[in-house]
Amino acid sequence: MKERDFARVQERLDGVSRRDFMKFCTVMAASLGLPLADAERLAAAVTSPRRPPVIWLSGQACTGCTESLLRPTHPTLEHLILDLISLDYNETLNAGAGHQAEAALAASIKENYGKFILVIEGAIPVKDGGVYCMIGGRPFADIVKETAAKAAAVVAIGSCASWGGVAAAEPNPTGAMGAPEFLKGTTVVTIPGCPPNAYNFLSTVIHFLTFGKLPALDDKARPRFAYGRLIHENCERRPHFDAGRFAVKFGDEGHRKGYCLYKLGCKGPVTYANCPAILFSDVGSGSWPVGTGHPCFGCTEPGVGFHIPLHTQANLQHITPSAGHPPIAEPRGSGASVGAAALLGAVAGAVVGGGAMVFKNLEKEDEAATKDKP
Amino acid sequence: MKIERRDFLKGVLGGGLLLAADPEPAAGRAPGKELPPNAVGILYDATLCIGCQVCVAACKQANNMPPEHTPGTDPLWDNPRDLSSSTLNIIKKYGSGDYPVKDTVDGYSFVKRHCMHCLDPACVSACPVSALLKDPDTGIVTYNKKACIGCRYCQVACPFNIPKFEWYSAAPQIVKCQLCSHLLAKGGISACCAACPTGASLFGRVEDLRQEAKRRLAMTPGESYDFPVASLGSKEFQSHKAGRYIQQVYGESEVGGTQYLLLAGVPFDKIGLPTLPDESFVALADGIQYAIYKGMVYPLVVLGGLIYMIRKGEGDKH
Repeated sequence: MKERDFARVQERLDGVSRRDFMKFCTVMAASLGLPLADAERLAAAVTSPRRPPVIWLSGQACTGCTESLLRPTHPTLEHLILDLISLDYNETLNAGAGHQAEAALAASIKENYGKFILVIEGAIPVKDGGVYCMIGGRPFADIVKETAAKAAAVVAIGSCASWGGVAAAEPNPTGAMGAPEFLKGTTVVTIPGCPPNAYNFLSTVIHFLTFGKLPALDDKARPRFAYGRLIHENCERRPHFDAGRFAVKFGDEGHRKGYCLYKLGCKGPVTYANCPAILFSDVGSGSWPVGTGHPCFGCTEPGVGFHIPLHTQANLQHITPSAGHPPIAEPRGSGASVGAAALLGAVAGAVVGGGAMVFKNLEKEDEAATKDKP
Repeated sequence: MKIERRDFLKGVLGGGLLLAADPEPAAGRAPGKELPPNAVGILYDATLCIGCQVCVAACKQANNMPPEHTPGTDPLWDNPRDLSSSTLNIIKKYGSGDYPVKDTVDGYSFVKRHCMHCLDPACVSACPVSALLKDPDTGIVTYNKKACIGCRYCQVACPFNIPKFEWYSAAPQIVKCQLCSHLLAKGGISACCAACPTGASLFGRVEDLRQEAKRRLAMTPGESYDFPVASLGSKEFQSHKAGRYIQQVYGESEVGGTQYLLLAGVPFDKIGLPTLPDESFVALADGIQYAIYKGMVYPLVVLGGLIYMIRKGEGDKH
């Protein structure tokens, strides 16, 4: 982005320098897997005065998703993000409260009808008419249904919104469910994680702003750029797994040496996420569960996190086995071909024949020599 | 010399009578032998195996085996291609395509190979000097290097291609898994089972292991089950979902039964375990041998026949 263009929007970015802003756009492009040249397009999109606002609804949530969104630690980034994605309504971050906030929400929905991005945080309880989560006197389920119908795109952030998460764990007393299940028929992008990586969310939203469409999704509606790879196949501890070196107890020798955490119940072999690649929200080096010595608990995978006990070993069904295993039977050579055998036979025949002739001639010479002698 | 039709028929009849007199003809012998009283063994469940090869490493450590480097590969790693004189236990991989799903024919599967500790071991039968013996109590097939003469009959006799020979050594020995007998003597269990993180290799009494295997085969795929880890008596369990088993316990009846039992999700012939008859080759060979030499009757009959024919021939000359 040119300096002149940036000067026009800098005022609204709360004092962020152009350098920091371009750094942010480059990080976004990188985590989306886009060429760095696209950072320019991202910059143009996020500073456009016509960018669609984000409305953030929280249901059965611990607010961890909102918190993780505030955690990227580039200088003054939190302001940048809040301004960049134009967060019009978020119960945790709203300046106003009560009816004042609800009025702002209604106004924003009305003003941006069909244009805003709806973000849902937390599960949606449906049992007993949805009375287990009420906002402003109304069931959360009703609010979601009503708002989703008016949104341009719906994003479910966190494991709870994606597939129920901890709220839907057995025995699920409130009938909690994720947004995709609740809003059947609507495309709901899911950004699971407990909490999710803020960059996965920001990248998805900024992809939408820049290209006007959602990024490619997998069968669980997760953006492929972030959830396309198995943790186990990209884990820094995989060599220990392939070598059979495991931590057996927390704090034992293997654990201190950074061995594989499979035996402690790591769900990396069944969980798809980009944690080993981009770590968690700029917290620092090695900052993801496995990096800190704790087994992955499968928060991005329905049916794993909150459903399989933390220290139960994962069922390895889809991992690519090491290339180093010997095959059942060693491949064998196919033996000599007919042509090669014939050629070898011909050569051998020539050698034998030639030898015989030489021998014969030698004999003759010998005989001749004896005759000559008196 | 000419055998008369009459003489031939007489011989056949005589032979038939002898066979009929045998109270236990070879064909009617029960396949296999009884389990030794304290038979111990291993149950390997391929659906639990994660291919980490920690058992291979543990085995080498327990048995003082040097690492092995396959020519043309990184010499930093121990990477045997097959059982050898320095590898008593190996994890092999069956795989087709790009390995989509484990324990399916189109996917991949691991298999752990080592001595099967047959109930009726061909190597023991073939060994002319009793260097290989089956322990009458635990059923472990053990090797005595002091008795071995290096004939390698055991290598030829074994239907599983297990015994290996130290070809490079000036005083070579036969090398094979002896179920960590030295650890068992101290009250331990086989090193491969002790090291296995998932319970894929499970140590125990063969009778109990057979029951455990049957229990697993009876489960519906996907059913949760607490799989014992290390040995059947241990208090350690791992909860897993039951795999899609091939409905067969390999080693329950093969060549008269083995003390190493296997369960898998792909057919056993695909993972290098040959389809073998229930009757052991030893029983077959023994049957023939015992029938021929029982009470030295057949040899005497043959000898008598020969003497008779020679006498007759000599009589003609006179």
